[in-house]
Amino acid sequence: MTTSAISLAQAIAARTTTAAAATDAALSAITERDGELHAFLHVDADAARQAASAIDARLAAGETVGPLAGVPVAIKDNLVMTGVPTTCGSKILEGWRPPYTATVVERLIDAGAIPIGKTNLDEFAMGSSTENSAFGPSRNPIDPTKVPGGSSGGSAVAVAAGYVPVSLGSDTGGSIRQPAAFCGLVGYKPTYGHISRYGLVAFSSSLDQVGPFTTTVADAALVSEIIGGHDHRDSTSIDAPAPGLLEACGRGVAGLRVGLCSDLLDGADAVIVDRVRAAAAALEAAGATIVDLAIPELRLGLSAYYLLAPAEASSNLARYDGVRFGLREERDDVAAMNVATRTAGFGPEVKRRIMLGTYALSAGYYDAYYGQAQKTRRLITNALDAAYQGVDLLLGATTPTTAFGFGDKVADPLSMYLSDLFTIPSNLAGHPAMSVPFGTDSAGLPIGVQLLAPGRRDDLLFAAGAVLESEVSA
Amino acid sequence: MSAWETIIGLEVHCELKTATKLFCGCPNMFGDEPNTNCCPVCLGLPGSLPVLNKGAVELAIRIGLALNCTVAPSTFHRKNYFYPDMPKDYQISQYDQPLNFGGWIDLPEGSRVGITRAHMEEDTGKSTHLGGTGRIHGADSSLIDYNRSGVPLVEIVSEPDMRSGVQARAYVAELRAILVAVGATDGRMEEGSMRVDANVSVRKPGDPFGTRCEIKNLNSLRSLQRAIEYEAARQIDLIEAGERVVQETRHFDEQTGRTGTMRSKEEATDYRYFPEPDLVPLNPSRAWIDEIRSNLAPLPKARREHLLAAVGEITPALVDLVATVVDRDLDTLVSAAINAGAPAQLAIARAANELDADGVLPSPASFAGTCQLEASGRLSATQAKQVLAALLDEPHGDPAAIADRLGFVAMDDGALDTVLDAAIADHPSEWQRYCDGDDKLAQFFVGKVMAATKGKANGKAVIAAIAARRP
Repeated sequence: MTTSAISLAQAIAARTTTAAAATDAALSAITERDGELHAFLHVDADAARQAASAIDARLAAGETVGPLAGVPVAIKDNLVMTGVPTTCGSKILEGWRPPYTATVVERLIDAGAIPIGKTNLDEFAMGSSTENSAFGPSRNPIDPTKVPGGSSGGSAVAVAAGYVPVSLGSDTGGSIRQPAAFCGLVGYKPTYGHISRYGLVAFSSSLDQVGPFTTTVADAALVSEIIGGHDHRDSTSIDAPAPGLLEACGRGVAGLRVGLCSDLLDGADAVIVDRVRAAAAALEAAGATIVDLAIPELRLGLSAYYLLAPAEASSNLARYDGVRFGLREERDDVAAMNVATRTAGFGPEVKRRIMLGTYALSAGYYDAYYGQAQKTRRLITNALDAAYQGVDLLLGATTPTTAFGFGDKVADPLSMYLSDLFTIPSNLAGHPAMSVPFGTDSAGLPIGVQLLAPGRRDDLLFAAGAVLESEVSA
Repeated sequence: MSAWETIIGLEVHCELKTATKLFCGCPNMFGDEPNTNCCPVCLGLPGSLPVLNKGAVELAIRIGLALNCTVAPSTFHRKNYFYPDMPKDYQISQYDQPLNFGGWIDLPEGSRVGITRAHMEEDTGKSTHLGGTGRIHGADSSLIDYNRSGVPLVEIVSEPDMRSGVQARAYVAELRAILVAVGATDGRMEEGSMRVDANVSVRKPGDPFGTRCEIKNLNSLRSLQRAIEYEAARQIDLIEAGERVVQETRHFDEQTGRTGTMRSKEEATDYRYFPEPDLVPLNPSRAWIDEIRSNLAPLPKARREHLLAAVGEITPALVDLVATVVDRDLDTLVSAAINAGAPAQLAIARAANELDADGVLPSPASFAGTCQLEASGRLSATQAKQVLAALLDEPHGDPAAIADRLGFVAMDDGALDTVLDAAIADHPSEWQRYCDGDDKLAQFFVGKVMAATKGKANGKAVIAAIAARRP
């Protein structure tokens, strides 16, 4: 399936094809190739076929359907759907079927989309390769010896392999943008609060945001407009109209000032630096002004992130205690049961981060670690705000490297953490960012360039992203 | 050797009387079938998020204002610890920026107790431990009811200003009256809607504070006073025996009347407080706070002062009666009766001792009329009480008509003289002792006359007649 979500929805609405056909195509592609690629942890073929038939029936009856009617979609397995297993890539949740549905999934379904299944991820979204999934890694469809990136690796694979035109991921420190870059997709992390987190299983609540993987910038805009907007069930949701994203896709970049940021570039592979410079040239050719600038504070982001995210995670993951749902290792008393359940249920990276976060919040260490990291977070936000006094957008690399091989970084968690270096600042600041595919390396592996915008100016990403996209396809 | 001084600070958890829970729309109902008022949010299911209940905030602000606190912009924090009836294994509470801080309560006896803070937090579920001692350790199994999980609480922390179990009891009684008056809670301690933790230490006056122990979950005024008195005595005994008080958390056993160790400071949990990222700061507007203040119901202290202003001479006994009247919400009736002509002191006494706020009450006019009949001597005290009882069947009844129907006819002086003569004749030695100056025996003769007249005699007239006979 190479067609975009928008053109597929149009074809279904025009009845030149059917939702059933689109769903069957997705299901047979999965049957054919997902044994190898392992994008999905759970495929609900019967439910998908039923939902597709219902859409076709409504179209046949002349009813108005939503803008994604009949479009198959994949959902990262940290978003809940009533009755559908949700594992977060962890043994500790195996078998749990949530009794409610995430706001973003509800809105996709209301728009007529057909959820096909739940996609693989690093356990509780902690990782950059899907190698931390308790159920085995996913493989990059462009080169199955390479990782697809993570943590939303399965969602990236589902689109890059052509199963579905749209999937949802979540991005805490780059978990949408990094796999989008590795798999040659558009990946968008919205302004914090633009898209509801209700029903997203929390990793780090102040950083987590849901966003789409798509093959086109316009698809990302459409999907984000559908799933975005205020949700009274999420207190951090922004209660104000968001700028139009689809409309921005045709706006161009004439007159915009784009900062080419050395701190979002230095240390990246030469081939990636070349592509980012080519992207700058393309934006300049389209009428933007390119400004070279440095924001050295961004370099502090990684260390702040790896204190704040684990601190919040240590609290968010406390509830997996064997009392109410998921795994329980029976023992004689409740404390022993808690310990045995968590020891058996969590993988090594999750345990590492819980320990790190617990330590960072402990009496006597709070100020030196969590407190200092919060100050660093403010410093980075202030530095970005200051930069945006002079430019409208920032441009840099999404990742320092293209997709790496399995096992390359597993033994050294720090080198794995470094792959988030360029994506983390946007999460810390709560700002929107997007990875747009912009060429490949010599081995044919995709390269993503990253666009960053100030809070609540997500529209600028779509304006610039669409320009870059047209340059690649030209 | 100078006496020991007991230092007491209290933490009172008050369940707010909201329709729904603090962070979700589930009903806030005591006594429903277990685990029927639950949803993903109050069960802490993965992916769920809290949304603050505005009604709970309003009640919390009412509490802050009633306790003379500063109501300030505040934030929520997570208090992290593992407990099976706490679904998220953290409690959403307030930490360094509480909603209310820096207030006080004036107790009826005249002392003032400082309020450190009154902050919002969520309640946990309720565990029932089967087998063993009924506590979690050694239980065969435990059942958890999550209906209470997420019920809004305000925790009111006092300064260490109290010096006796009696004073601590008076503080909680007054606090309860205030919380009930402003409509924040039903104040039912036995149902757990108010729970008290007491911090107790002892010292010689003028010394620095001693090491304190915290006694958890005292659920009645009586237990509170007993636990504090036991604990203070225990600490004094320890120190006088040359030992030291160990800082620890203790529980009170109502059967034995003793406190025992729950956990020592070494086992104390590090709660790892940090700002709750799922909630935004709580910044109640000045206009909203002012609106809440202007709608605040009159507080018990003001209501007591209002009643006392109606009487002439204020005695300690009268202060207690007024406290009872206000505590039972009878002050509106009493004020109306006074306005209708009832003598204030008598109306207060009869309301405090004869009326039940939870049952039927006489109308102000009927109540006032009864008090007037008694004051005029038309009815004896005993008869007046019987008329009040009869008014419960006809709250608007005419007291004089009821008195007639009950056959209450005021005794004339001649009849009284006859009865009194007989009593003196029957008890000559008692009469002699009375005449020799033993005043207590006056009451003896009042009793004899009352018995002979089956309560129809007017007590005051009898006393006057007895006094008149004394040579």
